[in-house]
Amino acid sequence: MPLSLRAGPSAGTTTGQPPSHDPAWLGRLFWTTAALVLLWPLMVATEFRPWILLAPDSLRSGGSFLASFFPPALGAEFLAMVARETWRTVAMATAGITLALVLALPLTLLTTRALSVSALSGRMARGPFWLRQALKWLLIVLRSIPELVWALVFVRVVGLGPTAGVLAIALTYGGMLGKVYGEILESGETAPTEALLRNGSSRLQAFGYALLPQNAAELASYTVYRWECAIRSSVVLGFVGAGGLGQQLDSAMKMFNGGEVVTMLAVFVALVALADRCSAGLRRALG
Amino acid sequence: MASTAHAHAAAARWSAPGGGQRPPRPRAGGRKTTAFLLGLALLVVASFATLDLQWAQFLSLDALRSMGRFLAEFFPPDLSPAFLRKVLAGTLETLAMSVLGTLLAACAGLLLAVPASARPDAGDPVASTLVRHALRSAVRWAFNMLRAVPELVWAALLLVSAGLGPMAGTLALALHTTGVLGRLFAEALENAPAGPAQALRAQGVGGLRLLCYATLPQVLPQLMSYALYRWENNIRAAAVLGVVGAGGLGQLLAFHMGLFHMGKTATVLLAMLALVALVDGVSYAARRLMTR
Amino acid sequence: MPALQRLDLTVAPGEQVAVIGPSGAGKTSLLQVLACALPPESGRLMLDGAAPWALPRRALQRLRGRLFLAPQVPPLPPRQRVVTAVLAGALPAMGLWASLRSLVYPTDLAGAFAALQRFDLGDKLFDRVDRLSGGERQRVGLARALLAPATLWLIDEPLSALDPARARQAINTLVGAAAERGVTLVATLHQVDAALANFSRIVGMRDGALVFDLPAAQVTPDMLARLYAQHEHELHSAAPVPANGAELATVLPGPRVAMQCR
Repeated sequence: MPLSLRAGPSAGTTTGQPPSHDPAWLGRLFWTTAALVLLWPLMVATEFRPWILLAPDSLRSGGSFLASFFPPALGAEFLAMVARETWRTVAMATAGITLALVLALPLTLLTTRALSVSALSGRMARGPFWLRQALKWLLIVLRSIPELVWALVFVRVVGLGPTAGVLAIALTYGGMLGKVYGEILESGETAPTEALLRNGSSRLQAFGYALLPQNAAELASYTVYRWECAIRSSVVLGFVGAGGLGQQLDSAMKMFNGGEVVTMLAVFVALVALADRCSAGLRRALG
Repeated sequence: MASTAHAHAAAARWSAPGGGQRPPRPRAGGRKTTAFLLGLALLVVASFATLDLQWAQFLSLDALRSMGRFLAEFFPPDLSPAFLRKVLAGTLETLAMSVLGTLLAACAGLLLAVPASARPDAGDPVASTLVRHALRSAVRWAFNMLRAVPELVWAALLLVSAGLGPMAGTLALALHTTGVLGRLFAEALENAPAGPAQALRAQGVGGLRLLCYATLPQVLPQLMSYALYRWENNIRAAAVLGVVGAGGLGQLLAFHMGLFHMGKTATVLLAMLALVALVDGVSYAARRLMTR
Repeated sequence: MPALQRLDLTVAPGEQVAVIGPSGAGKTSLLQVLACALPPESGRLMLDGAAPWALPRRALQRLRGRLFLAPQVPPLPPRQRVVTAVLAGALPAMGLWASLRSLVYPTDLAGAFAALQRFDLGDKLFDRVDRLSGGERQRVGLARALLAPATLWLIDEPLSALDPARARQAINTLVGAAAERGVTLVATLHQVDAALANFSRIVGMRDGALVFDLPAAQVTPDMLARLYAQHEHELHSAAPVPANGAELATVLPGPRVAMQCR
């Protein structure tokens, strides 16, 4: 516990003399000026000229684009296509998350400290330690590359279509799930798992009988949350050729077909809201 | 005494060979869980089935070999000084986009969070409370709309008026993040401890002065923490917005990948990774500094 | 059980009244009613000859600006500096522009310093509120009163976190400053000795009802014993410390107040 000793008036004011100035003023002035000075190059670097939006050309093109939003396209054939593509988006997200689980679970098992046998007797041995570090770095790399980049690469390899999207989601979300699963497992109670390991059970047994049951609710909850994010990602991936609602949205925008754009946006927002509701309900049920 | 008798009775019931009562069946969670798991399995199977995934193509030996060749083209990454200068410019542009976008969103989010967090005042006439509730619902609805549309979609939409280039990307980031931060800020304002505000309200101070003297001093570190955390997400988003034409590293990436300049693409990817790591580090350090 | 039962209380301008009684007596609720923070369910409240709850909103806000309520837990934002926290007391007299300017650079450094000096806290002027001790924070809360443009001070348990020496100093300062400015002072106190020594009029409350309302000289130990029956430990020890984060009671449907103040 820190101990403080007050030995008289603090620096700056002598007893009885009112202070002449605010000591924090100079610091505040400096930092505010620095921030304002930095703002200028920021605006230049991003070509931030918001008044362009009000120039007659932009107003015209923007205005006519917005005007083309009404009426929204509601033809039966079009709506059927939208429904199909929406399902494909959801399917892409679900398949992607499933593969991500397949990727993340073994990696989690391999990287979690709770299943370390060598750590039972004090420090972890060097071999296992570096293996775990290496796999953790792998997870970080998987997480840091945006899924759009993976999708771009996969579209070149396997061609246009949902395969690229599924693989991109699988890799990125595998990294995310792996990291968070690891955190969940390590932040819970590790005593039961340790006890099983000490008594000689294998790592898989310890996982199945102690680590998993304890954290199952939290793990499932986070997975459901990520599924909801994956649906959003699938739409974004459609813009680089991974199919689904995103691809249709991209082509409609390129053709300035405002009516189709607004319908698809509305469907997308409704889909996200529905997924959000489902996910919240599931997470509540999981406790 | 009673507990041992009970234990005896239970033991007797279990050990009775054949005769006596049967042990109760273990309940593995009940019907609801089974139904749910079945539904989940159905969803997964249906997803894989309807997607027409080209597994054969992807996993055939040919495909793997061509993928191997493709990956080999990434090495060595192009590190010529001229190109590195371009990559640096792209990196700075992406960084600037993320900073400015997050900053704009933090300001807009704070401004909008005030009506979105309105709490009815004691002793106010009913009419103004109704107006306040309506305003609160409207602003919260706006936040949800802004949040629901991903940054990339906003960027694609904004390209129409803002033209190609990083401004569309900055505005897209700002719009989406305003929805996210606005909601977080509103919740923080609503959950701020009420003591200081109540004391000032008792003195007849209201509105903006109440906010600045009582509520904001308590929540400002938390708000800045949210904004910094969001910046980490925005740098990743900013890096890829260029794929639709919004400038930065993304535009470089899409350009060179389209021309199959894999060495240059590898350099851009490395720059992206480094930028993301840098921003993550700075954001973490800044947040630690603030909670000192 | 209503927080306050039927009671009649009249306070003349410039008077100094101490309200004593065991916990749960309704002392805090009384102060909140007087501060127009809690509307009485029945009866009449008059401040300065006006019925505050019948006034239009703006007039009510102006009226509130003329009173000062100090809750038991000092209402100071933890990361704010003492100078700003103290100057906040003067907000009713400051316009919007002056208030905002004062946030950037405190406009009345001398005034803030003088107010804090009277409670022996002058050297803490630029410290952060959360770096002060509980007793120092309480004194800062009291120092706010000296800057408020108020003619009525309602102080809830001003001495609860102070040791005896500091408590004597604080209550002297408070009473002295009130007398200097002709401010009406109503304070709830657990320290009965301090109440009897410093205040000319003592109001005793118990279970929401007013038990006695007498000049200090006429209060006998017998009356005190009856007032604090079944709560004798409170009569002779420190005030109970409130739970962390205790706030003013919000105006919820609940406490039924019936009183007639004039």
